[in-house]
Amino acid sequence: MKRTIYMYKGFERIWHWLQAALIILLLLTGFEIHGSYELFGYQGAYVVHIQAAWILLGLLVLALFWHITTGEWRQYKPTLKNLDKMVRCYMVGIFLDEPRPYTKTPETKLNSLQKLSYLGVLLFILPILIISGLACYFYNDLQAWGLSVGFGSLAILHTIGAFLMLIFLVVHVYMTTTGHSPLAYTIAMITGREEVPEDNRVC
Amino acid sequence: MDCLVCHEQSGKYKKFPTACGHPAYEEKNFGGKVFEPVDLNAVAKTVGKPGLQNCGVCHFFGGGGGGVKHGDLDSSLLSADRDLDVHMSKEGANHTCTACHTTINHQMAGRYYTEKAPLEHSMAMPEDYGNRISCESCHGSTPHETMTILDDHTAKVSCQACHIPRYARGGISTLMWWDWSTAGKFTEDCKPIVEKNENGRPTYHTMKGDMTWAENVVPTYAWYNGGMEYVTIKDTLPKDGSVEINRPLGSYDDPESRIFPFKYYEGRQIYDAGANRLVYSKLFGPKGSGAYWSDYDWQRSVEIGMAESGEEFSGQIGFIDTAMYWPITHMVAPKEDSLQCAACHARDGRLASLPGFYLPGRDRVSWIDTVGWSLFVLSIIGVMIHGLLRVVFRMARSKKQ
Ligand code: HEC
Ligand code: HEC
Ligand code: HEC
Ligand code: HEC
Ligand code: HEC
Ligand code: HEC
Repeated sequence: MKRTIYMYKGFERIWHWLQAALIILLLLTGFEIHGSYELFGYQGAYVVHIQAAWILLGLLVLALFWHITTGEWRQYKPTLKNLDKMVRCYMVGIFLDEPRPYTKTPETKLNSLQKLSYLGVLLFILPILIISGLACYFYNDLQAWGLSVGFGSLAILHTIGAFLMLIFLVVHVYMTTTGHSPLAYTIAMITGREEVPEDNRVC
Repeated sequence: MDCLVCHEQSGKYKKFPTACGHPAYEEKNFGGKVFEPVDLNAVAKTVGKPGLQNCGVCHFFGGGGGGVKHGDLDSSLLSADRDLDVHMSKEGANHTCTACHTTINHQMAGRYYTEKAPLEHSMAMPEDYGNRISCESCHGSTPHETMTILDDHTAKVSCQACHIPRYARGGISTLMWWDWSTAGKFTEDCKPIVEKNENGRPTYHTMKGDMTWAENVVPTYAWYNGGMEYVTIKDTLPKDGSVEINRPLGSYDDPESRIFPFKYYEGRQIYDAGANRLVYSKLFGPKGSGAYWSDYDWQRSVEIGMAESGEEFSGQIGFIDTAMYWPITHMVAPKEDSLQCAACHARDGRLASLPGFYLPGRDRVSWIDTVGWSLFVLSIIGVMIHGLLRVVFRMARSKKQ
């Protein structure tokens, strides 16, 4: 009836959890720097934020390199195929237990909707955060080079990026419960092994 | 020039209050205090390099009492511990005033209103600056080893703003409010009234009016490029019944400006209510001369003061609220006591009312925050409803089977 397949490689899992921890830490410290609450103390928040940001940047470069050399980047190649079916699956099928439209395999881990949303993070949210963040960090130097953007605009852009990331995080965490069993995806991302139904079909 | 006041080291060289800078050459009496004649020979034999007390003789008592004018220069510096002043305390750098206020041919390096403090260089040499002084002359503009973010601040925030967290910290209070309009009250038997607080500071004095004193005061912060704008007796005052007598010049957009700490000294004083201008009033003089401190008649004292200085006077007096900015630059605290980030980076921090720039932690675009947090909450509610529906439908299905 059920079987397990080896879904996530070691690097992917380490990358995923490290990245998750860093992004959560960045959100926590970032909104403290923004003045939303007090947690680490301003100096602590700032120091942790900067260090976490550098580590995340390093990790992203490493992950980019890994995806290119292993060819795994193809997982993210966008497609509109079956997009309507995926939307229907999440909005209706998942409640009515309709037949699932998608076969998840180690070679094609992401359905078309996931591809689009991860690409959104990769090509929109992350660049906003990274570019505005670096510009804030090197603001004095940028000014010396004649940049005329105000610090406020950069900070506001960074805040917008952070809100988008926060909302992505909420939805993403919820989506992990939509597998064969509520914890199937999370366990898979920890152990690498995913329990799938016989026909291997999911949302 | 009087050489001894700066060079004697005996501490016995005292000037006689009304003798225009001369000491008492024979025994004299002032205000109940006996001034012994000064043995000039003995004093002269003690000459040496000026110490804190030599400069302090004048600068600690400006305005006629300790801490009256400056909030950062008072006699507590003579026996300062390191917490009060890292530079002038014995266990600190043990500097005298002249370590920073270097002299070239007796031209005291100080603050020159038209020139700005140097900033560009790190580890500056005195030659770079002529006889101007600044913290950077010794420390450079990147003195912080532990956190680069602190050095990133020095283009916009003065060293003093972070390193003098409060002023009047030495146990000597400083005058914050002086209300001349209440002066001239007498007891029923026509004696002058003097009320003092627990530190012996006058809170009411018939000659001066009401006064408020404070210790450990949080400075007021303003953009400052080293220049001050003064309201003079020639200027017409703003109509709203209050005036800042001097105002530091500068703004965020001026690259020469930095955020600087000030003592914000307020008061209420007599003015020409008809012409809406400041006035000179005659305070000192014998009875019947119209001097305020003898006759207690503001109208006459202003008439005479203005006439003596050749100014016009409308004849109508009133009281106006005034304020002055005194730069705070001494009483540098040890690094552990530097201002915490959140003192500035907070919604209602010390810089809450400083305009013209975006300060993280203080500023935000409120609609972006509102939309952002709303979407965050909505997304949580959304996924909870989705999850709940999944559970409900599953239960319905299993019941059917
Ligand atoms: C406002 C205070 C002040 C007054 C008044 C003053 N001096 Fe000086 N004098 C100084 C300072 C400050 C120095 C530099 C001390 C140092 O290098 O530490 C100095 C240095 C000197 C020196 C050189 C000492 C040395 O060791 O290099 C001489 C000589 C001197 N003063 C003489 C005089 C004479 C004579 C007069 C009166 C005409 C006078 N001073 C008035 C503040 C003053
Ligand atoms: C005899 C009294 C007297 C003595 C002693 C004295 N000063 Fe002064 N000093 C003055 C007066 C008066 C002014 C001008 C007041 C003003 O501009 O606010 C002044 C101005 C200054 C200024 C410039 C203030 C500014 O606004 O830029 C500095 C700095 C200064 N003194 C330092 C010293 C130092 C250091 C010593 C000891 C070596 C010293 N003074 C000794 C009376 C004195
Ligand atoms: C004449 C040179 C000189 C000038 C000018 C000077 N400093 Fe210093 N400063 C020193 C020396 C020497 C020490 C070391 C004293 C010690 O650590 O006890 C020191 C110590 C300090 C410290 C304490 C560091 C610690 O370890 O706690 C701070 C903060 C500081 N200075 C800030 C300033 C500021 C702000 C100004 C300008 C108002 C200034 N300094 C001007 C020479 C100078
Ligand atoms: C650590 C260095 C340092 C020491 C020590 C020091 N000063 Fe200053 N002082 C400064 C600096 C820097 C400024 C200029 C601040 C500015 O740019 O307005 C200044 C400004 C002043 C001013 C004019 C500014 C004002 O507050 O109105 C006076 C007067 C003065 N000092 C007197 C003294 C006296 C008297 C002493 C000794 C008791 C002394 N200073 C010791 C660094 C020092
Ligand atoms: C934004 C606030 C801020 C500003 C502006 C600032 N400082 Fe500091 N400074 C600090 C803090 C906080 C520390 C303590 C750092 C630590 O504990 O390592 C410090 C430490 C120091 C020390 C001790 C250095 C060490 O590493 O032991 C010196 C000296 C000093 N500052 C001088 C200056 C001078 C000179 C300026 C102006 C050019 C300046 N500071 C401007 C906040 C500031
Ligand atoms: C005296 C008030 C003050 C204190 C204390 C202070 N700051 Fe700031 N900070 C400012 C001001 C003013 C600016 C805006 C400077 C600008 O726009 O160039 C700023 C800007 C910043 C920025 C954004 C600009 C940049 O260069 O990245 C950061 C981040 C920051 N501060 C962090 C800190 C941290 C961390 C601390 C404590 C270690 C601290 N600040 C202490 C006043 C302060």
